[in-house]
Amino acid sequence: MSDVKFSKEHEWIKLEGDIATIGITQHATEMLGDIVFVELPENGSAVEKNGNAGVVESTKAASDIYTPVSGKVIECNQSIIDDPSKINSDPENQAWFFKLKIKDKAEINSLMNKEEYDKFTKESAS
Amino acid sequence: MGFARVIMEIQKTALYEYHKSLGAKFVPFAGYQMPVQYTLGVIEEHKLTRSNVGLFDVSHMGQLFIENNPDLTRELEKIIPTDLKNIKLNQSKYSFLTNENGGIYDDLIITKVENGFNIILNAACKENDYKIIKGALGNKFKLKLYKDLSLIALQGPKAVEILEGLIEGVSSLKFMNGNNFSYNGNQIYITRSGYTGEDGFEISLPNQIVEPFAKILVSKGVQLIGLGARDTLRLEAGLCLYGHDINETTTPIEANLKWAISKRRREEGGFLGYNKIKSNINGELSRLRVGIKPLGKIIAREGTKIFSQEKNEIGYITSGTYGPSVNESIAMGYVKYNFIKSGTKILLEVRGKKYEANVTKLPFYKKNYVR
Repeated sequence: MSDVKFSKEHEWIKLEGDIATIGITQHATEMLGDIVFVELPENGSAVEKNGNAGVVESTKAASDIYTPVSGKVIECNQSIIDDPSKINSDPENQAWFFKLKIKDKAEINSLMNKEEYDKFTKESAS
Repeated sequence: MGFARVIMEIQKTALYEYHKSLGAKFVPFAGYQMPVQYTLGVIEEHKLTRSNVGLFDVSHMGQLFIENNPDLTRELEKIIPTDLKNIKLNQSKYSFLTNENGGIYDDLIITKVENGFNIILNAACKENDYKIIKGALGNKFKLKLYKDLSLIALQGPKAVEILEGLIEGVSSLKFMNGNNFSYNGNQIYITRSGYTGEDGFEISLPNQIVEPFAKILVSKGVQLIGLGARDTLRLEAGLCLYGHDINETTTPIEANLKWAISKRRREEGGFLGYNKIKSNINGELSRLRVGIKPLGKIIAREGTKIFSQEKNEIGYITSGTYGPSVNESIAMGYVKYNFIKSGTKILLEVRGKKYEANVTKLPFYKKNYVR
């Protein structure tokens, strides 16, 4: 998972060439509880780094999803729209949210690696 | 320059440490640190209550006792619009504290007991309710808001079998009836009631025995259930949550709770806000609480605006979530009177977009009470 980066908003991003796959972290799902609804950006739409890129809802509340990098949405994961509980069961693999053709690879640099992210979540929990 | 600050210590129920040991996630609720869910999560906890049994700590709720007095029934009827003259011993009624405009200060369960009335109040309202009731009754009545009693609810189809195994006789209680029982030398009061749409019991018992009692239930296979599932369960059952579906500006008639005002009281009145409530009953009603089902998975939260198909604003949502047992998005809200018919097509505005929904009958989930 060395090529996976993490944001402070608890998104993960995996880069392959100039295509980024984005989802939310295990830690995020544990904080949210049972997810019952997800709304993803429109295919073909442009999203901006740290901009709004959808919503996840648990039984209790709605939370915004942000994109950690800018780009154009090329694919959304229909399977999590059909069955949002997949986000709780496998958030960092099968239940990815959307894929972006990224605008600027340099935007990745400011994100955390796995070790940094784990430290970040521990610190914010204490 | 500084700011004047009032620091309110957050309160804990007698089961707090036990909740913690069971892996509860806590949220502040009405001044209490309350378990919102345990390790199973809201959906599994909800389903377990419907299929089996669940135990809820609702000790944050107010337990008020008012001691008998020859004038008590007459005075209480001035602020509570139910038939207290004809209530039977150990019978419980769902009712309200109404205000002068016919709005609701709180909803409550009042039970006639041997030496007075027991009233269960919402946690967020209990202190204010005490003042209202004390103010209305005056000093010749004895009131006590118990701090040394806990309240737990055992809910679900297996509740009766499990509780009967510990306390003989509870299975003969009828829905909305209670009695005194003895448990290990302690007197406890149990009613057959709840807030889930399932058969079950509410058990009022001393703080010092609530943890051992809960542990015995757990040893019989009972799971603790958090406030998260309590909310999805009550919403599926079409039950109101005070401060959301009803408040000081909604009348019981607007809230579609006319059934809770007994016939004699509807006709005779003599309680706060009767003029408004009577005019509501006589047809001067501009809005009504209804069930609402969005067509897709979209969830309409409290405050969501409701529109007609012609895009006119006609109301708002007061509660909305995903219903685990009905497996769809469900909501309740107020709509203008022309739109209350089941099947009426409406639109819900969520994050700037309008989504189709239908007005629907309540409850979403058929209640399983033992009458």
